[in-house]
Amino acid sequence: MTTNTEIMTKPAAHTWWWYALLLLATIGILSVYHEVLDVYEVSILMFTAISMGFVGNHWPGFRGHAIAVAMLSLIALQLYGTNLEAAETNGLLKYMLASQSAIMWMSVFFIAATFTYFGGLIFRSDYTEKVGSVFTWIATTFGMTGLMVRWRETHMMGADIGYIPVSNLYEVFILFAVVTALLYLFYERRYQVRSLGGFVLLVISAAVIFQLWYAFERNAHEIQPLVPALQSYWMKIHVPANFIGYGAFAMAAMIGIAYLLVSWRSEKNPDSGLVKAMPPLTMMDDLMYKSIALGFAFFTVATILGALWAAEAWGGYWSWDPKETWALIVWLNYAAWLHMRMTKGWNGKPMAWWAIVGLFVTLFAFLGVNMFLSGLHSYGSL
Amino acid sequence: MSEVTPKDHSHNSYSRRLFLFLGSMELAITLLLTLAIASVIGTVLQQNQPYADYVIKFGPFWFEVFEQLGLYDVYSSIWFIAILALLVISTSVCVIRHFPAMAKEMWQLRTNVQKKSLKAMHHSAQWQSNATMPSVANDLQHEFKKLGFRSRQTVKQDDAVLISAMRGGMNRLGYLFTHIAIVVICVGGLFDSNMPLKFAEWRGEIKIETRDLSIREIPAESRLAVGSQGFRGSVSIPEGKAAEVVFLPVRDGYLLQALPFRIEVKDFRIEHYPNGQPKSFESDLVIHDDQLAEPFESTIAVNHPLIYRGHSIYQSSFSDGGSSLSIDAWPLDSRAGTEPVSIQTKVFENRQMLWGEETMQLEMTSFRPFNINPDPTEEDERNLRDFGPNFTFKLRTETGEAREYENYMFPVERDGREYFLSGVRNSPAESFAYLYLPVDEDGSLQQFLNYSALLRDEELVSDIANSMMKEALAMLPERDEALEASLQQTLETLITMFVRGGFDEVRDFIDNNLPDAERDNLAPAYLGMLREMLARIYFSMDGITPQTVTNDQLLFLQDSVDTIGTLSRYGSPVFLQLTDFEHVQSTGLQIAKAPGKNVVYFGCALLIIGVFLLFYLPQRRLWAWVEEGAEHTEIILAGSTNRNAREFDTFFNEQQTVLATKTGNSNLEPGS
Repeated sequence: MTTNTEIMTKPAAHTWWWYALLLLATIGILSVYHEVLDVYEVSILMFTAISMGFVGNHWPGFRGHAIAVAMLSLIALQLYGTNLEAAETNGLLKYMLASQSAIMWMSVFFIAATFTYFGGLIFRSDYTEKVGSVFTWIATTFGMTGLMVRWRETHMMGADIGYIPVSNLYEVFILFAVVTALLYLFYERRYQVRSLGGFVLLVISAAVIFQLWYAFERNAHEIQPLVPALQSYWMKIHVPANFIGYGAFAMAAMIGIAYLLVSWRSEKNPDSGLVKAMPPLTMMDDLMYKSIALGFAFFTVATILGALWAAEAWGGYWSWDPKETWALIVWLNYAAWLHMRMTKGWNGKPMAWWAIVGLFVTLFAFLGVNMFLSGLHSYGSL
Repeated sequence: MSEVTPKDHSHNSYSRRLFLFLGSMELAITLLLTLAIASVIGTVLQQNQPYADYVIKFGPFWFEVFEQLGLYDVYSSIWFIAILALLVISTSVCVIRHFPAMAKEMWQLRTNVQKKSLKAMHHSAQWQSNATMPSVANDLQHEFKKLGFRSRQTVKQDDAVLISAMRGGMNRLGYLFTHIAIVVICVGGLFDSNMPLKFAEWRGEIKIETRDLSIREIPAESRLAVGSQGFRGSVSIPEGKAAEVVFLPVRDGYLLQALPFRIEVKDFRIEHYPNGQPKSFESDLVIHDDQLAEPFESTIAVNHPLIYRGHSIYQSSFSDGGSSLSIDAWPLDSRAGTEPVSIQTKVFENRQMLWGEETMQLEMTSFRPFNINPDPTEEDERNLRDFGPNFTFKLRTETGEAREYENYMFPVERDGREYFLSGVRNSPAESFAYLYLPVDEDGSLQQFLNYSALLRDEELVSDIANSMMKEALAMLPERDEALEASLQQTLETLITMFVRGGFDEVRDFIDNNLPDAERDNLAPAYLGMLREMLARIYFSMDGITPQTVTNDQLLFLQDSVDTIGTLSRYGSPVFLQLTDFEHVQSTGLQIAKAPGKNVVYFGCALLIIGVFLLFYLPQRRLWAWVEEGAEHTEIILAGSTNRNAREFDTFFNEQQTVLATKTGNSNLEPGS
């Protein structure tokens, strides 16, 4: 069991270089881009740096990840220069670092990690499970690098086209995969348990497969300029906050599935291999709660940020638009879940089932609304 | 105390039970889920559509049922508001009920704990020290402080003290903040909702207007004066015009809200990306207000509203503001004469047109200065092309039926040839079927019109039929006058039928009037004769002869024939060609006043702070019982948490070791 209880609290003395690096990076970005950043964007940048400082404080994996993403992105930017065509001519870009290639690698490693984790679980191999973790880290790094490089690519498309790549369904699917994986990796380390990896990676792989289909079948990966309604700094905070929520809810549901599976097996045969290989039920129950609490907190923030943005773009902080309403439905659902858990003390199977149902409600809010309902929020239509 | 009568007692217990019920968790969870399910309705059934659409969708019976249930505006229906109100009441009662206990929990250090209960706690440990009781107690208190715990010593007996410590009492604030936030947000939202309007309507003070009236005609009971109430409405203002009212949509009608200032629109602009996608929508506004020394100008855009005197003015849409259009009406059949007629009109203008015996109303409905659409000649439908200006109009017959048309100003190229494009449809549900009018070498419709006029020239048709008949019958050994007259008649009729009903009518004629036995032989012959006649008529035009005819001319003939052959389905006696325009746009502004906005935002801030306090600041308590023993000082450490028990396990085990090492001697007895 980990002895690390003070995660995300006081800066640890040995991580001063991490804070220094972030400070340096922030100053670097400000000095290069100060002319094009408005006060809101500068605040967002600083807020991002501070958040990264906290998250990386006691989580070496995250520090490594962030540094790798930064290095790879900088290399890609250097190779690109101002020439978008370099994606075809430069080998390193073409096969690794251009956003499309990086995202391809992300897809490959996520799917490989899913098989590896399950392989490790089936064959009781710690080593294989560790390889699963490494694959997940590599996939996450490629995914994040892909998003970063794509951000630059949007700016290379034309003088005023550039935007943060979280504006359409294709881009947010990548964001979803990356965020969910990071959340999982955080808890993997915290609880020192890898056997849940396959389950969580299943939902990420599903997103990855959808994203591949979407790119190949619909050419969704092509960069399109932003519609006027999306041209706002709010997008930079509203969307990521939302996807921390979605990712956490998805993780909770996958742990719920694992929970039900294990509890079903242990009722039949408490000594079965699966029961022994998986973490204890109470731990999964606890993780499920942690996940939903985290998701709920960020989803609350995201919905409120959405309301603030709506007040600026649509003329009212709340319009009962289908997307807004479904966000409320998701929120109410998890609010009820948390009340049940925190005050009624419910736990175990019913809550696991509920977490799974919650994922479907979330999925409808995320995808269903765009597919089946029309409203103000119809940016990521299929 | 006075006596309590049984009645009083039952009354008391009744209200007590109601209070408990309202504050119960069961009710709260039920309400949360009920609200979630009720909210689904409004997302599945499109809200606030024209009522006529609902009638068509559901039929008169269900339309009525759904209207009574308020399903067309669920979120302001009585029952939905009632659920919300109940949630607010339930939450308030919950806060009131738990506030005293929470406040106590937040501050109190629980000093009246017994030694026995400390030992029985899940997290508990004991050890001994050689130091004196007061020094151990002080050391412990010092250590607790380093851990961020607030603590206090209580003397329990002569030989024992209790140190009660706590950290994270603010967690309880999390509970209060989140729950109060819900009440605050709902109350703030109520200020900005249309509830006051519904109430005024229910009292009969205002009446929803459902007719399409000009602003001057709107009756007083549908007008709302400038006041402090919140509202959200929209108004469309053409460039160069101004408005001081805004329309509030209510169910299937509207109300007119007066503004305390006047908004003038100087200009509306759309900017485009290189690929034709719109990049920005902007309006230059001038605000005229008696309170201002002079009017001020401001430019708004999507995501950049103007906020003035508590009113937010948003760029929300745009439309035509009555562009003036110069149009040439080219006659397509005999009803409209033979020469093009020029018309000067405006978008949204209606005028009566007299064509032959028939009067039709021409209603100009829209104008667009450019149309960036997928290029039909490219395989990849993402290749966009600007098709130039177009306008749409309706032609309404005296019986009220209307067809809708969409005409493009400039010819469109297809297979290397150019055509004027005119779409027609019978209802908005259909997509446009396009008529392609071939353009001549001069880029005009003149030659096409000339040719179609020739087809209607009975004398010419008769002459050509006569000469063709003579050629056809020349090889007969002797004249057969009956046959000649019959053939002549047939040739003329074919053209008449073709002009009147196109290929459809000719085919009908063949199917219905020819004897079955000979139809298969005669049908190609008839169509052949028609084609020959059409060609001969074409060759009767100036400068076109069968000997010198070019391929282009033949293709032009082919196109003209195809077009005339489908004219019967076009339905308009004229083709309206746009020759000039002056584009006037109208900007669609949404204007909102939300007096409750800051209250709602305050609630939102409370909610965010509360949620994070609740989840991430667990309230932890530690107790240390320090007692003078016979040889040593005895120490009992116990702890509890209200969240994240798993982390507390680790924390307690670590701290137990640390504290024991710092204050104890070697013979440590770990507890749990």
